[in-house]
Amino acid sequence: MGQDSPLLSIEHVSKEFYGNVVLHDVSFDLKAGEILGLVGENGAGKTTLMRILFGMPVIAETGGYKGRVLIDGAEVRFSSPFDALDAGIGMVHQEFSLIPGFSTTENIVLNRESMRPTFLNEVFGDRMSVLDRPDMRRRAEGAIAKLGVKLDPDMLVSEMPVGHKQFTEIAREINREKTRVLVLDEPTAVLTESEAEVLLVALRNLAKQGIAIIFISHRLHEVVAVADRIVVLRDGVAVKDTPASGVSVRDIASWMVGRSVQTDRVTEGEERSFGEEFLIVEHLWVDMPGETVRDVNLSVRKGEIFGIGGLAGQGKLGIPNGIMGLFPAGGSVSFHGKEAPLNDPRRVLEMGMAFVSEDRRGVGLLLDESLEWNIAFTAMQIQGGYLKPLLGGLLKLRDEAGMRKLTEEYVATLDIKCTSPAQKAKELSGGNQQKVCLAKAFALKPDLLFVSEPTRGIDVGAKKLVLDTLHKYNRDYGTTIVMVSSELEELRSICDRIAIVDEGRIAGILPPSAELAEFGLLMSGEKAEEAKEAGRA
Amino acid sequence: MSGKKSLGRFFTENAVVIIFLLITIAAIPPSGFSIQYIVQEMITRLGRNSFLVLALLLPIYAGMGLNFGMTLGAMSGQIGLILAINFNVTGVEGLVFAALVGTPISVLMGYVCGAVLNKAKGREMVTGYILAFFINGIYQFLVLYMMGSVIPIRSPAILLSRGYGIRNTLNLEGVRQSLDNALLLRLGPFTVPIATALVIVALCVFVVWFKKTKLGQDMRAVGHDMAVAEAAGVPVDRTRIIAIIISTVLACYGQIIFLQNMGNMATYNAHDQTSFFAVAAILVGGASVKKATIPNVFIGVILLHVLFVVTPRAGQNLFGSAMIGEYFRQFIGYGVIALSLVLYAWRARKDAARAREGLRGAAA
Repeated sequence: MGQDSPLLSIEHVSKEFYGNVVLHDVSFDLKAGEILGLVGENGAGKTTLMRILFGMPVIAETGGYKGRVLIDGAEVRFSSPFDALDAGIGMVHQEFSLIPGFSTTENIVLNRESMRPTFLNEVFGDRMSVLDRPDMRRRAEGAIAKLGVKLDPDMLVSEMPVGHKQFTEIAREINREKTRVLVLDEPTAVLTESEAEVLLVALRNLAKQGIAIIFISHRLHEVVAVADRIVVLRDGVAVKDTPASGVSVRDIASWMVGRSVQTDRVTEGEERSFGEEFLIVEHLWVDMPGETVRDVNLSVRKGEIFGIGGLAGQGKLGIPNGIMGLFPAGGSVSFHGKEAPLNDPRRVLEMGMAFVSEDRRGVGLLLDESLEWNIAFTAMQIQGGYLKPLLGGLLKLRDEAGMRKLTEEYVATLDIKCTSPAQKAKELSGGNQQKVCLAKAFALKPDLLFVSEPTRGIDVGAKKLVLDTLHKYNRDYGTTIVMVSSELEELRSICDRIAIVDEGRIAGILPPSAELAEFGLLMSGEKAEEAKEAGRA
Repeated sequence: MSGKKSLGRFFTENAVVIIFLLITIAAIPPSGFSIQYIVQEMITRLGRNSFLVLALLLPIYAGMGLNFGMTLGAMSGQIGLILAINFNVTGVEGLVFAALVGTPISVLMGYVCGAVLNKAKGREMVTGYILAFFINGIYQFLVLYMMGSVIPIRSPAILLSRGYGIRNTLNLEGVRQSLDNALLLRLGPFTVPIATALVIVALCVFVVWFKKTKLGQDMRAVGHDMAVAEAAGVPVDRTRIIAIIISTVLACYGQIIFLQNMGNMATYNAHDQTSFFAVAAILVGGASVKKATIPNVFIGVILLHVLFVVTPRAGQNLFGSAMIGEYFRQFIGYGVIALSLVLYAWRARKDAARAREGLRGAAA
């Protein structure tokens, strides 16, 4: 096995989606038996790179990519994942692609079952062959043994602990005889620490047998522990390609989040004083699919802008959605010293909290209605505003003039670009839609405003405007704001304190002036304990 | 405590069977029928209906729910029988002839049905139900206007007096109970149609064997999770079409067996309630939209038909009107389908909540 010539080479790969550069001139090599740790924040381009490598149709549909992918020195261009499989690239996805009602064996050999021909093959083809169950089992056991873990070949996937599911998935990839490169996308994200430990041992086992592995994880200590080499992606650029020996978790964390541009703090030098802690969240859990919150404790002081950050899928979005009653939640939330009811959006709104959802088009807006309706809607529903009593209050009519006045006011202050207040919400651009959402929340005159991903999917100019608006609103009206965002820079630019969420828990709370590496460490679940102390101090 | 829980689960999972068993047992005494009469009646009806109900199994394995589109197969079988009468092919040969004519038609119908259902993934049942109405229109056009005018019909006895179109009721004298009587076994006071039973047993063996084939395994995979199966390279759409084709062809044979036992055929209505009664039977037997077994089929046929036999008489004796019993028959049939669909949806939601329990905090 030629240890020196690379098995897989990525050469100068660039990719853009509609003019938006997500990968720029990325190159690295992978040798047989080598484990490559690939790290980067959300949106750094890891997923796109793996999609290119795996020949996902979405890449070709969006205009293909620049640069070359070589296997054994020959260029390959896959048009479907099946081509990639044939070339010996196996991929273990973040979500399990197992069939729950099937046993371990059936899943490992899925669609590659051993068969014995029957007389009907002549007429109806191979699919009328009978399955050779003993042989299937033998092959599955072989793959499990190669992985070096304990798995019951007859257990149903639906009855397995998560760790076993992950092993089953990996066993399926190595059951393919040709698999030489194995890509694991966040394989430990759902595992407990001890399960992850077993997995890392299994990976080293596989590498010893000559399989090259690309290991994507945000748990940096695992990357350091298992990888031979580490490639760090940041904003689509491979900023670092280094042997793993001698690299510390802290180094990687700072490479991962470090930006060349420094943030300009809006609040530089400003003295800030806050009121009492008026939102106290204790042991909050939220069952929001993909953003599960497990046990969150935090308190927000009156008048501050409180930031919540963290990687996607760790639960930061679940916090506002749970408190506002949009997903099943439990625990205790107290607001102004009163217990806030969970799972009851109306009562929470009545208490003076408002929410600008990350799901702008789904939850945030009435797309087919006018801006007037959109902006006044919640105020009308919750506070009975913009309604005129008729016949001594027997009927209530909409106060069209009031709604128009309100809308014109916000169109002017937020600089919403529209033809008229009667324009439909769906006709506005993303940035202006976001402003409408904000206006809708402001119209409630809330004491506490949750803003979730306020700048997602809008252009740079609009981003600044949205952030400035939040900042101004906080200063002028004293509205407390809890802002959830994936963009750390954005949080650091306007927040007074920033909590980082990891695995459904608050990993730590930092001042915005804290070092980038500190944030990086918290996001990767490192030193959570240590940081918690610092946050309290 | 867990014992109590599992008992509770047993009841919720078998709620339909248990409710039905209780109603049936309650209805037997007022009917005044002897057990012997009921048993003989059940033997006959098992032979008549089981094949049709068995035809429902494969689409359930493939995750396509209850195949209301089986009516298409029933119509194909009826066309086969009309032609068998027309050419005066009698006895078992007549049935084989009808099956031979019906097979290509039902394969075609199954393909059409499967292709349509592939366009309506997740809504297979209602789509199949409506598709059956649509194809019924084509069937009527064919039988009522084309036969005797464009398609030559030799036997004037089966034509309407106007010279074209098939009569409303067709006498199947030539093939009446030919399969049932081919091999009769007297067992004490009971007569058992062995030939029919053998055909049904053969189908059961086929189903069991089929589940062991590659195609059967693919069907299960598709039924559990289409996306995963697709990603593993299983040809999902093709597999689903095959499941529907097999089901439609089996429904064609099932309808032929059903009608030979009845001995006459309501040309324009015989297929109307084929899928309805088959679906009711399999649900009464404890199957769900996602899960069905061969025992479900036989338990269901027995329970449903005991009720059908006893309710008219029980209604007569209790309320002085057989129509009450007839009413119950319809009411219960539809009620069972509705009940088990609702129970299924309710149970699916509970299971989903249970699966997510681990993600919800201890505070719950």
